[in-house]
Parts: sequence; structure tokens; C-alpha cells
Amino acid sequence: MESRLLVLFLGLTLGVGSLTGCARNRLVQAEDTTQPPVIEPDIERREIEPPRIDTEDFEVGILAGQISVEDFGVNTVTGARFAYHVTEGFFVELAAGKAETELTSFERLSGAAQLLTDSEREYSYYNVSLGYNIFPGEHFIGKNRAMNTQTYVIGGVGKTTFAGDDRFTINFGIGMRFMPLDWLAVHGDIRDHVFDIDLLGQEKTSHNLEATLGVTFFF
Amino acid sequence: MRWLLLVLSLSQFAIAGSAAGAERQVREVTITDPFIELHTGPGSGYPIFFVAERGEQIALLKRRTEWFKVQVARGQEGWVHFEQLTTTLNVDGEPFDLPALGFSDYTARRWEVGALYGDFGGANVIGAYGSRSFTPNLSGEMWVSQALGRFSDSTLVTLDIVHLMYPDWRASPYFTLGGGVIKTEPKATLVATTDRTDSIALAGAGVRMYLTRRFVFRAEYKTHVVFTSRDDNEEVQEWKAGFSFFF
Repeated sequence: MESRLLVLFLGLTLGVGSLTGCARNRLVQAEDTTQPPVIEPDIERREIEPPRIDTEDFEVGILAGQISVEDFGVNTVTGARFAYHVTEGFFVELAAGKAETELTSFERLSGAAQLLTDSEREYSYYNVSLGYNIFPGEHFIGKNRAMNTQTYVIGGVGKTTFAGDDRFTINFGIGMRFMPLDWLAVHGDIRDHVFDIDLLGQEKTSHNLEATLGVTFFF
Repeated sequence: MRWLLLVLSLSQFAIAGSAAGAERQVREVTITDPFIELHTGPGSGYPIFFVAERGEQIALLKRRTEWFKVQVARGQEGWVHFEQLTTTLNVDGEPFDLPALGFSDYTARRWEVGALYGDFGGANVIGAYGSRSFTPNLSGEMWVSQALGRFSDSTLVTLDIVHLMYPDWRASPYFTLGGGVIKTEPKATLVATTDRTDSIALAGAGVRMYLTRRFVFRAEYKTHVVFTSRDDNEEVQEWKAGFSFFF
């Protein structure tokens, strides 16, 4: 009887002891994870700000050349242009220019008669045009240098102020862009500006051919 | 002459901009396509003069339309189409998120400018506008148009409210209401006429379609009522179509 009680008691103490021991072990483990590690990792994640890539889709520049204003001689024209390149082919161009026109042959021969006042004699235009680079190419200068070129066709609508009135004008032509540098272009352009004019009594369609050279910068 | 100076100073900016670009750090990426082709110019017509392989590091120097100017490790510089760079990796191994413009940029646009051409009561009209989006549906537009006719020229300045019906669609109809002023100048060859300025109100409808990159096509019809100082108001119908760019 006594020995059976002893066995039960021993058994109980063993059981409880092992249980508490387990619990203490678990507690120790839990404490371990909250303790600071021996070596603190001193690495902060770097925030990399990648450099921005320069986009050069806009083109701005000046032009100068000759414009033949129908009946009013060949005159020096100066202007400016601004373009946005939408794709490798298409671009949209805003251009403006002006010229001082000469006397007509009639005015010269008759001597006194003047068809236009000085302010009416000034020819100015602006236009919005759509261009397409049809022939990309290269020009070779000597043995070691090549220059990129683009031949484009262009056409659009605009306004011409001449002889005291604003005139709706269609323009179309062909041009070439020589690119000595990626961001620098030299343009050669031939453009026809077409509008109706009734200055000499009868309405007629006037063609005004313009040949210009220009310099533009891409940005 | 003054605008010539303006353009010259603008060009100065352009030069300064490119000079600053030279000093700036360039972006380097690792090629993941089997190879990339370097063209001599930013267009598919320019010849391929060099090929760089997968795993090589390249520097992205600049971008023009869909073309990137890159420099390879051995120093050659050429133009690569963006499709060959879409899966390239950054220096840290992360995929390089190519700044391609797409339809999602179109739906998130704030500012827009455009030019349209058409017919304004028998006269040729060229109109330019700037627009600001308030919500995906609603935007405000400011128009400056010039109508050049046989007997008179007009300049219109209007402020319009535009309601886009389906902003998530590539092509969507829209409605517009607006008001402004119209200045009419009769032709100099006509006698005994004077310039006049009148108020104008308009209502219209149109359709706009996203094309590519920043490019949008739009076509519209507007009916105008000109509040003249005479007994009758004048009604003018306008049709036009053109292109816009968003920012």
C-alpha cells in the first residue's frame, strides 16, 4: 500500500516536473528571440533614383530665304519654326514668316501709281502643317564622316496677311534636314503658299514659292 | 525682329539644355533580349552598324520618339528601337520600367493642346485650343479660331465646357457648350463696312480618338448663335477636324 502510494507520488512529481521544465524551456526560447542579435546589421536599403532620360522630341529654329510673291517680285523672307515629332515618321510644325514686297512691274512703269501702302506691302504668314519623313538617309563627307539626313514632305493650312487682308492659305512642299549633330539640324525647304487674291479686280489663285535655309535645335 | 530675338534666346536654352545633359549621369541598363541592333539614326531606315548581346551593360543617353540613343561598353553609340529595350534590367536587377507613353497616360491626362481645320459658315477656319481636364469626363477648353472667308474674316475667342461620354474608350463622343466673342472684319476691297465685335454662344458634339503616344484625333460640329446689334441673331454652323497632344 505504502509503496503504491510512493510510486504514485513519485510519478506525479516527475510528471509535474517535466511539464514545468518544458514550460521553462519554452519561456527561455521566447526570451531568446526578443533579445538583440549580437551583430546589428548596419545596412540600409538604398533608394536608387535612376537618372532621367533626356527626351528630344521638340525642334525650334529660324529660317531665311527668298519668297516669290506673285506680281510683287522676289523678296527676302525671315521666319521661325517649331515642331513636335510624334513618331519617327510624322511631325507637326508651326511656322511663321514675313517679307517686305517690291513694286509690281505696273507700278514701276507707270511711275506714280501705287497699288498698296507701305503697311499693306508687308507680307506675313503663319501655318500649321503635318510633315512626314519619307527618306531617311546619310550624306558622306570625305572618307570618315557621315551626316544623317531626312527628306520630308509637308503640307498644311494657315493665314497670309498681305495687301490689307488676311487670306486663308494652303502650303505644301518638300524639305531636307541635315543633322551634323544629334540635336542640331540644318534645313533646306521649298514651299508653295497658295491663296486667292482679288487685289487686281479679278479673283485669282496666287502661287508664292518660297525657298529657305534654316537652323533648328532639338530639345 | 523681336520674335527673332525670342527664337534665338529659345535656341540658347536648347544649347544650354544639351550642354547640361552632357554633365548629367546617364542611366545604365542590362540587355535581356538575345541582342540589340544599333542603327546610325533614329529611324528604321537607318542602317544597323553594331549589335550588342544579352547581358551587356548599355547606357541610355537620350530618347527621340520611339528611339533610344545608347552607348555600349566598347564605346559605340547608336540608336535602338524601344521594343528591344522593354525587358532590360536596371543596375540593381530590377526590371527597368520603360517610360513608354500609352493609353493609360491618355486617360490620366490633365492638359491638352490642339489645332483643327474646317468650315465656319462657308469660310475656312483654323482653330487652336488649350484644355484642362477637371474629371475624367469634364474639361474646360479655351479656343482661338480664325475664319477666313470671301467677304470677311472673323476671329473667335470662346470658353467651352466639354463632357466626354466614355473616357475609358479609345474613341468616344463628347458634347460641348460655350460662349465668347467674335470679331468680324469685312474685306478691304468691299466698301462702306466697319469692323464689329459681338457676343457668341455655341453648342456642339464631336468624337475624339486616341491614336498613339501623345496624339489624339478629334472631329466636331458646333452651332453658333451670334448676338448681333441688328434685329436678327445670326446662326453659323461649323465643322472641323484635327489633332491634339496631351501632357
